[in-house]
Amino acid sequence: MPQIVVENLVKTYRVAERKRGTWGAVKGLFGRRYRTVHALNEVSFTMESGELVGYIGPNGAGKSTTVKILAGILVPDSGRVEVMGRVPWKERIETVRRIGVVFGQKTQLWWDLPVGESFDLLRDIYKVPRGEHKRTREELIVLLELESFLDVPVRQLSLGQRMRCELAASLIHSPDLLYLDEPTIGLDAVSKLAVRDFVRRRNRERGITMILTTHDMDDIEALCTRVVLIHQGRLLFDGRFEDLCARVSRERVLTVDLAEPDAAVGDPDAISVTRTGHRVSLRFDPGRVSAAELIRRVTARWTVNDLVVESIPVEETVAKLYRGLSDGSL
Amino acid sequence: MGAYSAIWTARFRTLIQYRAAAFGGLVTQFFFGFIYVMVYEAFYASATTGQPIALSHVITLVWLGQALLGMLPWNVDPEVKAMVRSGSVSYELLRPVDLYGFWYARALAQRTAPTLLRAVPLVIVCGLFFGLRPPASAASAGAFAAALLGSLLLGCAITVLFDVTLLWTVSGEGIVSIATSLVVVLSGMNVPLPFFPDWLQPVLRALPFRGLIDTPFRLYTGDIPPSDLPWMLLHQAAWTALLVVAGRLLMKRGLRRLSVQGG
Repeated sequence: MPQIVVENLVKTYRVAERKRGTWGAVKGLFGRRYRTVHALNEVSFTMESGELVGYIGPNGAGKSTTVKILAGILVPDSGRVEVMGRVPWKERIETVRRIGVVFGQKTQLWWDLPVGESFDLLRDIYKVPRGEHKRTREELIVLLELESFLDVPVRQLSLGQRMRCELAASLIHSPDLLYLDEPTIGLDAVSKLAVRDFVRRRNRERGITMILTTHDMDDIEALCTRVVLIHQGRLLFDGRFEDLCARVSRERVLTVDLAEPDAAVGDPDAISVTRTGHRVSLRFDPGRVSAAELIRRVTARWTVNDLVVESIPVEETVAKLYRGLSDGSL
Repeated sequence: MGAYSAIWTARFRTLIQYRAAAFGGLVTQFFFGFIYVMVYEAFYASATTGQPIALSHVITLVWLGQALLGMLPWNVDPEVKAMVRSGSVSYELLRPVDLYGFWYARALAQRTAPTLLRAVPLVIVCGLFFGLRPPASAASAGAFAAALLGSLLLGCAITVLFDVTLLWTVSGEGIVSIATSLVVVLSGMNVPLPFFPDWLQPVLRALPFRGLIDTPFRLYTGDIPPSDLPWMLLHQAAWTALLVVAGRLLMKRGLRRLSVQGG
């Protein structure tokens, strides 16, 4: 039986609209116009235990709304949701007992208290037995390298340190299900890698089911085999990340370093050519011309010192995808 | 109870750290206390008719009021306010606890921690030098203690009710300014209730606010005999129960329409 079932989920918000400027604010005192926004429109998907699913979409797509409904915080307008066999908003307390959540832009730690105290308070709130808590706590402290700042008030931690603490805090009650809402936002490269590595290990070794929402496609590439894409409240794709990228663009780039610069470098099958001194990049569609064939042609006509064939960066692919979504071409 | 005492502990520990705020509060309270005392002394010196309570009692009431001001539900919980604004309130709902109980525990911390910091020095100094009298009798002291506990529980129920209104208004400014004046005036914090006109007395006695200040303080001075304590406690308990039920219902409705800020 799937751990999460979402069927035809609909959630709308009423947003008060206000004209700009002071006069608009004054007019807003007397009458307000409301606009209905479909945050989620007939979204359906299921998740099995132990899956790590990337939940992506442009800003305002409805990702957080979904997570909040799954966590029992928001009540949807219609649709069926079951999380571990429970309807989250009807049995919020029982559901959240087995859920951990990290919201990258918010904190669940007590701002003015040392991190270690926050962990102990969470133990009491989740009623974790002392022995078990001690074990989990020690383990998380070692894995996330928290030892050196356990006594520091949360407000004085760096973002990277804090995010590691947030991760630990979300796992202190050993949840079966973890929602990660932009856990790497604003982190430096080292902290990002540490967070990713930790998330991957928890998922593999403990079989914790995870939903990851992020705008960082490297997160998705590193962690998720399956992605769910939503846009303007509609589910547009559910499947392997590579398939999603392939659907947008299969294009690849052949970059060559020439022995002698030559403005004439090119190929009739290349989609575009960019030249910077000795270096030339040819964008091509492998469906039209294979990489091997293109390399053969180029090396036959020009002397080449070095060459590399790359896929289009994921970020670029997804940007293209999102742009395509908003102008309706995809 | 573990979860609720944990949140109380967390808030209490946080609040107890604010030494500068406590010191500032202490100075403010001395200042206001002296002004009140001087006003009442002038008033009693020039009054021609008899007054409903003795000046020494009034001065005691003033200092008690200043010492225990923090217990009075005259504001929302700033932390809850910040959470509703920023959307962190979602984390509160992620805890496997009843949210009303959670916020009530917060209110208990908010009404006790700062009060302890201020009350102890203020009571000592005013008791020694500025006319704060001890309780009228041992029985009055006991009655005061019991009614003070009642006042705390009632005050927290009112505080949570204010907190819950944040789910609608977000900023909470409006409700707080209305509530402040109601609570301060009708509890007897500003002017002891016996000074109010006779026709208003039945209303004041029926309203919940007297249970906050008037009841415990006048039991302290002996102005209300300790034998009246059961009635006083019943009044506090009935209102507390009613306000808790109201707060719960309101919270339930507020959460249904909740749209969490910040995406």
